[in-house]
Order: sequence, then C-alpha cells, then structure tokens
Amino acid sequence: MIRLEGLTKTYGSFTAVDAIDLDIPKGGLFGLLGPNGAGKTSSLRMIAGIMRPDGGRVLIDGFDVVDDPYRAKARMGYIPDRPFVYEKLTGRELLRFCAALYGQEGPEIEERIVELLHLWDLDRWGDELVETYSHGMRQKLIISSALVHRPRALVIDEPMVGLDPKAARLLKDLLIAFAESGGTALISTHTLEFAEALCDRLAVINEGKIVAYGTMDELRGSAESKDKGLEEIFLKLTGGETQAELMRVLAG
Amino acid sequence: MTVDARSFAAPDPIPAWRAVVELLRPKLLGALGRSAKGRTIGTRIPVLAGSAFLAFLFLFIVGTKLLNALREVPEVGPLLASKLLGLALLLFLGILLLSNLIAALSSFFLSKDLGLIHEAPVDWLGVYGARLIETLGASSWMVLLMLTPVVAVYHAVYDGDLIFFGLAIISLIPYLLIPAALGSAITLVLVRVFPARRTRDILAFVSVIAGALLVVGLRVLRPERLVNPEGFRNLVDFLAVLRGPSSPWLPSEWMAQTLVGYLDGAFDPFWLWLLWSTAAASVATGAVLHRQLYPQCYTRAQEGAESGQRGERLWDAFGVMLRPLGLVRRELVLKDARIFFRDATQWSQLLVLGVLLFVYVYNIRVLPIQTSETLSRFLVSMVVFLNLALAGFILAAVAARFVFPAYSLEGRTLWLLRSSPLNPDTFVWSKYWSGAIPILVLALALTVLTNWILGVTPAIMALSVVSIVTLTLALVAQALAWGVTLPKFETANAAQIPTSVGGMLFMLTSLVSLAAVIGGQFWAMRGYVWSGLPWRETRDPSGTELLLAFGITLTITALFGFFPYQVAKRRVAEGAR
Repeated sequence: MIRLEGLTKTYGSFTAVDAIDLDIPKGGLFGLLGPNGAGKTSSLRMIAGIMRPDGGRVLIDGFDVVDDPYRAKARMGYIPDRPFVYEKLTGRELLRFCAALYGQEGPEIEERIVELLHLWDLDRWGDELVETYSHGMRQKLIISSALVHRPRALVIDEPMVGLDPKAARLLKDLLIAFAESGGTALISTHTLEFAEALCDRLAVINEGKIVAYGTMDELRGSAESKDKGLEEIFLKLTGGETQAELMRVLAG
Repeated sequence: MTVDARSFAAPDPIPAWRAVVELLRPKLLGALGRSAKGRTIGTRIPVLAGSAFLAFLFLFIVGTKLLNALREVPEVGPLLASKLLGLALLLFLGILLLSNLIAALSSFFLSKDLGLIHEAPVDWLGVYGARLIETLGASSWMVLLMLTPVVAVYHAVYDGDLIFFGLAIISLIPYLLIPAALGSAITLVLVRVFPARRTRDILAFVSVIAGALLVVGLRVLRPERLVNPEGFRNLVDFLAVLRGPSSPWLPSEWMAQTLVGYLDGAFDPFWLWLLWSTAAASVATGAVLHRQLYPQCYTRAQEGAESGQRGERLWDAFGVMLRPLGLVRRELVLKDARIFFRDATQWSQLLVLGVLLFVYVYNIRVLPIQTSETLSRFLVSMVVFLNLALAGFILAAVAARFVFPAYSLEGRTLWLLRSSPLNPDTFVWSKYWSGAIPILVLALALTVLTNWILGVTPAIMALSVVSIVTLTLALVAQALAWGVTLPKFETANAAQIPTSVGGMLFMLTSLVSLAAVIGGQFWAMRGYVWSGLPWRETRDPSGTELLLAFGITLTITALFGFFPYQVAKRRVAEGAR
C-alpha cells in the first residue's frame, strides 16, 4: 500500500533521509521508531506529499506522490505532530473544508462530521472557533480531519501527543478497527509501549537509515536481544544513553 | 540508584535589575542574530538604511523650508513655529499611546516565552521592567525615527548648539516612557475585563478608528485654505489661541516648552522636572498595578476568545452564491472570507479603505480645476491621467496589504492543503479571485466616482474603466506572485508581511507596470490632450487614438498579469523543498 524506493532528503550538506526502501503491505499497522532527528518526520512529510524528496519516490496504492499526486493523496489521510489549523474556523467548518479538499460534500459528509465529533466528545465544541480549543482537542480534530474522507491509508506523526488517557485508548481502538477493515496506517511514535502493543511490523530509523525492520520477534533477532522489550531493543539499535551516563548528568 | 539532592538546591533569586538584563538578553541576541544572517545583511539592512536616510533628508529639507517660511511670517511666525512642534509632539504622543497599548498586550500577555519566564524564580519587578522596556522599544522606534528630523530641523533653523541635542535626549526619555508605562497599565486593566485575544481585537479596532478619524478630520479641515488670505479673517482670536499653551497637561507640551524655551533663550527647568517626575510616577503606578493585577490578568489571558459564532445564515447564503464555482473553489473562498471577517486585525483594515476612498474622492471634488474656463478642458484630461496613476498606486498599496500576505498567512497550516489532493492551480485561482474581486469593486468605485465628478466624456470614462479593471487584475497577479515567491511564514501579523523584501519588490514592479500603462496611454492620446489647450481647436478623441490607447492598455496589463500569474502557479506547484 505504501512503498518507498530510495527515498532521500537533504538539507544543505546534512542528509536527513538516506535512500530508504520500505514496503508496507495493505491492511495493518506499521510503526516507525527512531530517536529525535533520525529522519522520521521528514520521511512522513515526503510520504504525505508536503515535501518533495531529493531522490527516490513514494508510491501510495501504486500511485507516485510526486507524479500523480491527486490519486495518491486521495487515498491517504495525514496527521502531523503539531496541530496547526485555521484558528478562525469552527471545528465543524474545518472538517467540512477538509472533506471538500477531497471532493466530498452533502448529507453523508455532514453525518460523518457529527459522528466524528461525537466520537471524540467534541459535540458541544463543533460550532466553536478552533482558537478556543485545548491542545488535546485540536489533536482530536486533526485526527477527525484525516478520517473524514474515509482514507485507505493513514500517515500519523506522534499520534499520542496531547491526548488524555481516554482519547489515547480510543485512538488505539480506532486504529485497530481501521486495520481490521483493510486500512493501512504508518505510525511514527516515541511511545514504545503503544508501538509494541499495536503495530504488526516495525522499522527503526537512525541517522536517516533503516537499521532494523520486521515483526517484534524479527527485531529481537536483529538486535540480538532475546526476550527483551522494545525499549531495550530500541536503545541497543539506536545507541541510547547508558545508565551511568544518566546518573552523571543527574548528579551534576 | 541514589541522587544527591543537594546538587538540585535552588540558588537565591537574582535581583530585579539583573533579571531585567537577563530577560532582555535573548531578545537582543535574537535581533542581532537576525541581522547577522547573510541574506538579511545582503538586502534588507542596506535597503532600509538607504530608505531611512532618504526619508530623513527629504523631511529635513522640507521641514527646514517650512519652518523658515513660518518664522518669517510677521507677528505670528515664532508663535506658529513653537505651536507646530507642540502639535507634532502631540500627534506622536497619540501614536505612542496606541502602539504601546498593542505592544504591551503582546509583550505582557501573548508572548510565547512568558510561560518559561513565569515558571522561573524571577522577581516580579524584573519581569515588569524587562517587559516595559520591550514594549517601549517595540512601539517607540518608529516615532523616534520620525522625531529625529523634527529635532534636527529646529536645531538647524534656530542655530541650536550641542546642549540642545542633549536636552532633546533628556526630555525624549520621559516623553517615551510615560505613554509606555500608561499604555501597559491600561492594557493590564483591559485584560482584567476582557480576555487577551478579545482585547487585541478591541485595540486593533480602536487604533484603526482613531487613525481614520484623524485622517478624515485633517482633510475636512482643508489646511490648504490657510494659504488663502480669507483664512486669517479672525486674526485676533487666532493670535489668542496661539499664545496660550495648547495642551498644558500633556507631556508633548512640556517637551515642546523645554526645547523651544531653550532655543528662544528662555529655558525653564520646570518643564523638564515635570516630564521626569511624571515618568517616574507613571512607572511606579504601573509597577504597583502590575504587582496587584498581573497574576490574575495573565491567568485570564490564557482563556480562549469569546465563544459562540454568529451570522451562520449569512455564511450559508454566501456559500449558496458561490455554488457555481464548484466544491473546492467555493470552500477555499469561503474559508478565506470567514478567516478575514472573524479577525478584527484584518477586517478593521476595511475601515482604512473606506477612509481612503472618502479622502480621495473629496480631494478630487475640491480640486480647483473648474476655476479657469479656458484651461479646464486640458486640466481635466491631465487629472484623468493623474487620477489613474493615483488610483493605481492606491490599488497597489491595497494589494500589498491584502493579496501579498495571502500565501504567507497559510503558513503553518499549509500541511493541510499540501497533503490533500488539492490542485495547486485551484489554490492559486481562489487566492487570486478572493483578492481581485474586492479590489475591483474599490477600483471601479474610485474611477467611476472621480471621473463622474470631473465630468469626462463617455469615451474617456470607458477607457478609464477598462484601464483600471485590467490594471487591477495585473496588480493582483503581481502581488500574488511575489507573495508566493518570497513568503514570510514566520510572521503571524498580516500587517507586517508587506514590509518584507518581497513586499518592496512588488511595489516596485507594480509602479513599473503602472508607469508603462499611463505612459503608453498618454502617448496614444497626446493629440487629444493637447487639443484641450486654450490656443488649440478643441475636439473629441478620434477612433484611432482610442483604439491605440485600449490596445496598449490591454497588451501591457496582459503581460504584467499573465506572467506573474504563471509564476505563482509554478511556485505553488513546486511546493516546499
């Protein structure tokens, strides 16, 4: 469903994403893990068609995001890590606008908007301006905006930021249901428990390169960390701080 | 695992004066850092410095001539010169108070670093001092720039010495400090009553209304009549008004008295003492109010804007009107319109436009072109061309204010459009027409009204209308192209975006296109224009002249409109790299 071929992004002399190849099949949840600055957000922004790659290509359901952006993007919903939306629109107006960008309107969309607002407990906020929303409410609204046109693939950057425990649980259930109905989600996250509990397959990205890829068992194998949790595997693969170093920092 | 708790022991809070220094340091470093960027030094600093120097020179020359002329007027000359300084300082004081109100709102309540500052053990007086200086700096630099030539003019005309400059600086500090302290205190009280965002809207509205009233007031007074001897009929009353201080309770008068008193050899330190004691009292009162009210007000500023949306039916009706545009275009236009009319800092600019239209039409109406029967035909023709030039310039300024920032304002929300299957051409189309239609309405109102007042022939009216319509379409395309090519995403305030390099380049190209259209038209119609002179035989424009004028106008505006529009489409399609 989502295929990356030699995907590359450079900022000046710094290579943020270094010729990544990745094939994410239809149906299921795929986790993208990596330390800060590893190239996760750049990759996701290229997949979503926000940023052009300097090399390689992104295919969504067989359609190239650069060469055939309309058909590729029509199949996708994107949830960014920072919820910047139009402050002077109401929640309902924003969802209606997003649906229109995908060529959808009418009673079915109005019903869908009501359904999504209700799902996130935003019923009474639907006609308020987004500028009055809290961070978590904005995040819920953005998740709704990515779902309003019923996409086949979701590209999500840090989905749990700002969500309360109830909303976080709801998002997990929603993503599971999305995958069960044949949808594909690519999720970039730092919440390792979330990734471990939810994702069928994972990739670890470090310094712009994929350093490990597969199911949890396959990752354990590549990190030579039998019976270890995702946190240990992640730290081993990405060269995390040792306990001694942490102690030294804390003790001043 | 044990961690020595002593290593986390908090140090004593730093004294207030040091807190002020530390809090201002990042702002100064930030400003210096911005200036140090190669691109900034390469273009903006020399452009701004050059413009400032030219403006200073222009104001200095004009001001010196004016002041010299005023001083030479028998009896009232010296009084008028003194009064003029008082009036200029009074005007600046009004500007200072308004801009301090708005700047204080930003530095005390809306600035993003406030959370970081409030969680740190910083003395309240330090926060007040630092934010007051920041407010003062943000709102006073422009007035300072305008005051410099004024002081230089008085120094030159009155043969002042170096002490005069020292006195100017000593009186300027409290003159700037008083409105900063008062503005901050008023903002504090306003935020106590309204939420911060609502206060910002109210202040934006009040500033625009105040500016608009000032412009209308000045114009309707018709200062040009002062040069007419009939204006001095009541000389005794006039002198009586001039001799008394015009606003003895205001710092502007105190500063004027300090400076003019010194230049006249009658320096009275009382005025200086009044300035400094009032400044000290204002800052002390501001500090007390800050201590008492600020914690509650800051908490209140975190609340959202007023809830509840009105006018839903109007938007629905507008949506129905836009149905022929198709779904995506309709929603893009609706979105832009909603954002515009819900943001007081944006829609209040329409009031400025209204004032502009009024003053412009009023100026044309009071033009003395009908006084000379023999010359009026020629003058009307010339005014028609001048009218087109001025109207074109106004439209360029309006496009700079409303169309140029359109793309930059999408800024942090561009991800939403770029990740959707939105055709970039559709996006450019909606931005273009959202800007072009309202400006076209203004352009037509300006041209038709003024030409009707001038009593032009139907052929000239048609030529003017076609010219202004095609020129508007070309100007909007240029504004959009420059806005897309050199966007300013980091600025949230739409009013600041046109002051960027891209904004200046747009004004430059718009002036070139304007000059090309008017020059071409004048060349085509020159035979007709000269026929209006008293010693020539008067005639109507010939068919060839009109055809040539139409042809030139359409060709030039098509070139200046088509290519920029294509550039805008290409730049948006390329997206961020």
